[in-house]
Amino acid sequence: MNTIVCVKQVLDPEIPPAKFKIDPETKQVIPPPGVPPVISVYDERAIEAACRLKDKHKGKITAISMGTEKAADVIKHAIAMGADDGFVLQDAAFENLDSFGTAYVLGKAIQKIGEYDLVLCGRQAADWGAGEVGSILAEILGIPVVTFACDIQGADKTLRVKRLVSDGFEVLEAPMPCLITVSSEIGLPRLPAGPRLMMARKKVIPVWKAQDIGAEPAKLDKANAHTEVTALSVPTRKTECEIIAGATPEEAAANLAMKLSKLI
Amino acid sequence: MTLGLSGYSDGGQTMDNHKGVLVCGEIADGKLAPVTIELIGLGRKLADELGEQSSVLLMGSKAGGLAQEAIAYGADNVYVAEDSLLDHYNSDAYTQIAANLCQQVLPSIMLLGHTDIGMDLAPRLNGRLGGGLAMDCIALAIDPATKLLASTRPVFGGNAHATMVSKSARPQMATIRPKTVPPAACDASRQGQVIPVEGKVDPAAIKVKVVERIKEQAEGVKLEDAEVVVSGGRGIGGAQNFAMLRDLASVLGGAVGASRPACDEGWVPARLQVGQSGKSVSPKLYIAVGLSGAMAHLAGCLGSQVIVAINKDKDANIFSVAHFGVVADYKQILPALTAKLKELKSA
Repeated sequence: MNTIVCVKQVLDPEIPPAKFKIDPETKQVIPPPGVPPVISVYDERAIEAACRLKDKHKGKITAISMGTEKAADVIKHAIAMGADDGFVLQDAAFENLDSFGTAYVLGKAIQKIGEYDLVLCGRQAADWGAGEVGSILAEILGIPVVTFACDIQGADKTLRVKRLVSDGFEVLEAPMPCLITVSSEIGLPRLPAGPRLMMARKKVIPVWKAQDIGAEPAKLDKANAHTEVTALSVPTRKTECEIIAGATPEEAAANLAMKLSKLI
Repeated sequence: MTLGLSGYSDGGQTMDNHKGVLVCGEIADGKLAPVTIELIGLGRKLADELGEQSSVLLMGSKAGGLAQEAIAYGADNVYVAEDSLLDHYNSDAYTQIAANLCQQVLPSIMLLGHTDIGMDLAPRLNGRLGGGLAMDCIALAIDPATKLLASTRPVFGGNAHATMVSKSARPQMATIRPKTVPPAACDASRQGQVIPVEGKVDPAAIKVKVVERIKEQAEGVKLEDAEVVVSGGRGIGGAQNFAMLRDLASVLGGAVGASRPACDEGWVPARLQVGQSGKSVSPKLYIAVGLSGAMAHLAGCLGSQVIVAINKDKDANIFSVAHFGVVADYKQILPALTAKLKELKSA
């Protein structure tokens, strides 16, 4: 089974909000100094899903990431987990693309890679979090899509996919090739073993530019963007925290209990 | 009147021939879903601002029976796609019918609920139709100068809000978070048209088949539905210490949650994770214990009415969003808090 996994490098969402700064002029987030970007959490689960299928059914995993040159780190992470190969899609023309533009670039890269049975994406990115790219990409590639997968079982030409809905699950059968977006309920990602980690670190990750994948300049032109961000702001929260004290911790706890009992 | 293909053959998909609002309705247990009643009201308002019509698409073999109700809530037109293949959500079937209708009626704006259906359907329709889409919106407005739909949505786990427009791509699509707008008022005297959608679902276009639907039995109080949530973070220190949180949750009739680090450590199952990559909760009372309040965690709990923080680090970020706080080691607080609450309850 040949699987292509799309991964994104994002601002670490585990930072305290005080470190989160935006530039309202450019409508961009200012990366906090000293905080390395990380692989988007759902995308890491997508790599895990690909690795589980490879464990059972053999095959090849290729990871692709559109981003800055630093995105080589997330490709290396994918390789350390079990991917065989990977590419970074980096070009000035790819910067700040909307979901449609992103899906277009990923689609072009996938067409260059050629043969595949399965494309996996995270259910949404941990930064802008739209959850659009996977489904748009499937429509561009003209293949079936299943979203919010929490389990994928391989079969001959069909995959059996468990999909999350608010009150339970759906079990679906999807013919290959298809695209599946993966949710975190699929389970924890594996920790890369030492030797694979060393191997991945040394690997040189090729960078593909717009012309390498045959992306048309008009499709990347911001003037043709499907959506445009016109404002970005940090909502102000006015919460006054009343600190409940006491002579002893027990007394503080009792005072808190009195407060809470009035609320519920 | 039945729906012809005139709109479709009229010419290219330029901006100018896209008019009006189309709400993609949902039917739940044979009734209009609450979010659909909200969106009909929102669609009416946006259409009135533009001086255009507001329509609703209803899919399912009993859709026609709900059309008058949709009109009473404010729709000018109700497109009815009656087909038993649409009785349960199937991504391929819904995409096919909704995309065909959009290509015929050419709406300027299309609204969906940010629900199981909308989250799956909207990006696919967007991919197929090529409009512009904003997901999980909390506010929509018509820009008075440009007449464009301005859609505001939380990004970065709710730590920022982004407003987006589609300058030329049509339809301008948005999924709207349920309960963001009030339900539409019902007026049985309102008039509107019921228009059958021609053409059935093409079974050959259903590539992905739903073979089973499983309803999950929640053990005890479901985290998302609980009125009280007691969540633990990395500061809890180990799986066995979560017993203190369970005791507190139990006396309050609530559920236990956790931050991502606590789940990643394996102290509690991943399904208890509250936050950006876990569950979003909005209880009356959220008690955060030994939890720093990282951006990703706050994404899942800021909708709570009252947040209480118990943390020994007085500088922990969680205090900046909490209404009440205790600066102390939780191990000295929780047992006494649980005991006192029990005492107050029995009194």
